[in-house]
Amino acid sequence: MSRSLARIAHEILERNRGIEELALVGIRTRGVPLAKRLAQIIKDINHHDVPTGMLDITLYRDDLMRTAVGAQPVVRRTEIPFSIDDRRILLVDDVLYTGRTIRAALDALIEFGRPKAIQLVVLVDRGHRELPIKADYVGKNLPTALAQSVQVHLAEIDGRDEVEILEP
Amino acid sequence: MKKDLLGIDDLTTGDIHLILDTAEAMREIGRRPIKKVPTLRGKTIVNLFYEPSTRTRTSFEIAEKRLSADTLNIAIATSSVVKGETLADTAMNIEAMAPDMIVLRHASSGAGHLLSRICRSRIINAGDGMHEHPTQALLDAFTIREHKKRIEGLKVTIVGDLLHSRVLRSNVLLLTKLGAEVWVSGPPTLVPAGIARLGVRVSPAIDEAVAGADVIMMLRIQQERMQGAFIPSLREYFTTFGMTQTRVARAKPDVIIMHPGPMNRGVEIASDVADGPYSVILEQVANGVAVRMAVLYLLAGGVDVD
Repeated sequence: MSRSLARIAHEILERNRGIEELALVGIRTRGVPLAKRLAQIIKDINHHDVPTGMLDITLYRDDLMRTAVGAQPVVRRTEIPFSIDDRRILLVDDVLYTGRTIRAALDALIEFGRPKAIQLVVLVDRGHRELPIKADYVGKNLPTALAQSVQVHLAEIDGRDEVEILEP
Repeated sequence: MKKDLLGIDDLTTGDIHLILDTAEAMREIGRRPIKKVPTLRGKTIVNLFYEPSTRTRTSFEIAEKRLSADTLNIAIATSSVVKGETLADTAMNIEAMAPDMIVLRHASSGAGHLLSRICRSRIINAGDGMHEHPTQALLDAFTIREHKKRIEGLKVTIVGDLLHSRVLRSNVLLLTKLGAEVWVSGPPTLVPAGIARLGVRVSPAIDEAVAGADVIMMLRIQQERMQGAFIPSLREYFTTFGMTQTRVARAKPDVIIMHPGPMNRGVEIASDVADGPYSVILEQVANGVAVRMAVLYLLAGGVDVD
């Protein structure tokens, strides 16, 4: 995982001249520590602090209130302590699957301003897209069956770094 | 969460913490350049207010709009109620137009429970007579938690017209549920019989009640509900139970002073206290929007299966 993130960090720097314009936004929950790690790696490479924020997309989901039973998903705080106007935003998430989370994240992010560009960083792309969305930086392509599920564990949250494929 | 929010008893301790945590997230939306999220798009919410209200109605309406719900306000002075329609008939007629939620303020205790039985829509009690005002208690708890980082173990003193206060009842139920030590004080004519059974300490001596308090909550003298002489005069009341700098000084140095509004300056609270450094009265109003957004969001979901 750390090698994938280091490679992504280098790719980001290679593709984006003008690092002052960059900012990282992690999608809650596991995109947040990934964004922070990328910020640290970029800092180690060229001693520049990339502003980092976190985005909760719950209120933008397209599957809210579709069932009559069960509680609403928990909403957590969004913290983007910088203006996204005219910045290149690197949106970070752990797993790219249907693309619906990213659709929600794009809608959420655009309410904060008008970024110059938004690029997508994911640790794992497991396929099965339902929307026309593609990642710009991928840690690992992981072909999966629909019935399987992919769980990313991160040291900051789960105590260990691991990508797990769960069989049905 | 249950179908409706009629009173604090509808909520488990877990529900209360979930509402307060969700409100933290909702508050951030109010600080964005675009203060709106699409969450309740397509939901219709009717604000049915049978009593005058500025704060609560405005607060609910802003909360609903920030969540993108379609809202409409029914002000009773211009509705068929003045032509003699009953609450149940009004409710069933509104219900026939299929709203998703009804926010009800009514002068009769239990009005929300009546609606709850006859309506499919989710009912939120925005104050029923002298019974409950759950969202006020939730926003008070949110404000306390923000300042004190906890509620358990705090000494909270509530002073004023306890008899006519739905804010008191909801706050006592909620704060004792979360483990606060609640004291109440007021003139004996305005202390409801049996209030100690709710698990509060009753003291007619305000100075004892506020001593060492972490939170002081002042309640309004509700003259519109008083039929008869409960207090000799407003000036006498202020002398005996009004919150002054001298009384504030008996509480903890970091005490916060709360008031659900509308305030009667010079009756239950001195102006220099209401506007002073301990006062969080306007924060309560600001937090009200976030807490109501949280309640609306959580109630719009599915009903708990048990």
